[in-house]
Amino acid sequence: MKTNKATPYIFLLPYAVLFIVFIIVPIIIAIGLSFTNYDALQTPGFVGVLNYINLFTRDSIFMQYVLPNTVVYSLIVGPGGYILAFLLAWAIAQLTRIPRTILALILYSPSLTAGTAMQVLWKIIFSGDRMGYVNAYLIEWGLINEPIVFFVSANYMLPIMILVGLWSSMGVGFLGMLAGIMNANDELYEAGAIDGIKNRMQELIYITIPTMKPQMLFGAVMAIVNTFNNGGIGVQLSGSNPTPGYAGQVIVNHIEDYGFIRFEMGYAAAVSVALLLIIFLFSKVANKLFVEKD
Amino acid sequence: MAKYKGNRIAPKNFDRGQIKIYIILLPLVLFMLLPIVFIVCHAFKPMEELFAFPPRFIVSNPTLDNFKTLFKSARTAAIPLSTYVFNSLIVTLIVVGVGVIISTMAGYALSKLKFKLRGVIFEINQAALMFVPAAVMIPRFLIINGLGITNTYWAHILPLLAMPVSLFLIKQFIDGVPDTLIEAAVVDGATQFMVYRKIIIPLIKPAIATGVILSFQQVWGYLDSSNLYVSTDSMKTLAFYMTTLANANNIVAGQGVAAAASLIMFIPNLVLFIILQKDVMNTMAHSGIK
Repeated sequence: MKTNKATPYIFLLPYAVLFIVFIIVPIIIAIGLSFTNYDALQTPGFVGVLNYINLFTRDSIFMQYVLPNTVVYSLIVGPGGYILAFLLAWAIAQLTRIPRTILALILYSPSLTAGTAMQVLWKIIFSGDRMGYVNAYLIEWGLINEPIVFFVSANYMLPIMILVGLWSSMGVGFLGMLAGIMNANDELYEAGAIDGIKNRMQELIYITIPTMKPQMLFGAVMAIVNTFNNGGIGVQLSGSNPTPGYAGQVIVNHIEDYGFIRFEMGYAAAVSVALLLIIFLFSKVANKLFVEKD
Repeated sequence: MAKYKGNRIAPKNFDRGQIKIYIILLPLVLFMLLPIVFIVCHAFKPMEELFAFPPRFIVSNPTLDNFKTLFKSARTAAIPLSTYVFNSLIVTLIVVGVGVIISTMAGYALSKLKFKLRGVIFEINQAALMFVPAAVMIPRFLIINGLGITNTYWAHILPLLAMPVSLFLIKQFIDGVPDTLIEAAVVDGATQFMVYRKIIIPLIKPAIATGVILSFQQVWGYLDSSNLYVSTDSMKTLAFYMTTLANANNIVAGQGVAAAASLIMFIPNLVLFIILQKDVMNTMAHSGIK
């Protein structure tokens, strides 16, 4: 096929420009700023790796609350939500068409609430007075006498965030994995039956998972993104940044706190770079697990 | 040897083996569903049910009072609700429309045109699937400042146009369009642009629908632009206004209004997904990362 050499680039140009300006350049700027003391007013001065040294040695809030919270939240909601999404996709794939479609819709809809609806919903359910639904039921059942102020108490903030995170984790990755399972090749299953596969569990392990590794990787990447994008829910629920007692503070909130509240943008940029590295690490692990080397 | 009874995936008929699946699924489905049922009920509760103690989960006398209060409070505010609705509609239409056009164009080039950087560009986009916008809110803020587009619609629109996951899915879908169709058209004298418009676009409707949904979900509830890049109130979006309503009063009466506001944000997402879900599932079959 004869193609003008410039044609492909013309097709790519609009997307590429926006991609570079709003995705690539911000990452480069974040890395650049992280070596400066930029405060949004004066010209940034180069400070070397000082921000990183401060991050790991002087920022006790970061080491004591933000990093552990982020690690706990993302390790539970990331892999947990992912495994849940896969198992649910697999389970509903075994059902007939109409119930399958309805259940897929129910499972997917929480991820559609991201933003306002998610915030309002869980705020009302966990409201910290007697009128709060969880409190009212716990009191009625005689489990507690006094209402628990959920969003102020250090003990409850993180578990609630994890609950909300898991609740909303059936997103695009879930749909991708469901489609992957549905696309199963009938012959493979037949061959499996001849080779002595007896039940659903064996089918899952020996046929389904190996044939849909690419979808599993897509699901994993989406789970990672989802986890870090929704991680800031603590601030939305408690209505303040920082969250009370830093109980629900994760890296995303820490960036906002330093960047837009304290205007220590150089330092906030260093925190951003740390976050990007953590996300990169997660996806490396996902790649190791699901990419077939052949 | 066990007799092969047919593939258990996507069965045509109900059999007893499926009952245990329903039993295992039931508690999980309830956990996912109940909060949604709750917020819907809450939005339609009259005042006395909102204040009832102990609080009731299900609404018994549904009313539209909360929605009426919401619209009334918008009418007395300095900026009418219609301004926010208008802003959101414009921004959403442009982001979804332009976003789909640029992704399908780029997807066509990456899938069907041969050029030197093709592999590299696709790899970069694939790596960007895991891009988390929240990580770069400061540089984005500086860029929007630098471009001089703060307080304009551009600040709502431009950051959301390039969506790696949308391009990825569309490109994978175009891979499924047979090359012979394109070659035949080229032999008949079609330019690449005509091929894109007359062959590719009509054949990838499901992928376009998916791009529309993903981009709609993102832009409809997007708050960063109203919070960070746009300070003029009359330029902010409906999502922002609804969030201020949700935050304004934590007292019980305000909860009904907040629930109504959150339904207004949630329902369009849900309806669009229900309409397009077949197309989305069709596209998702090509979502694997190799």
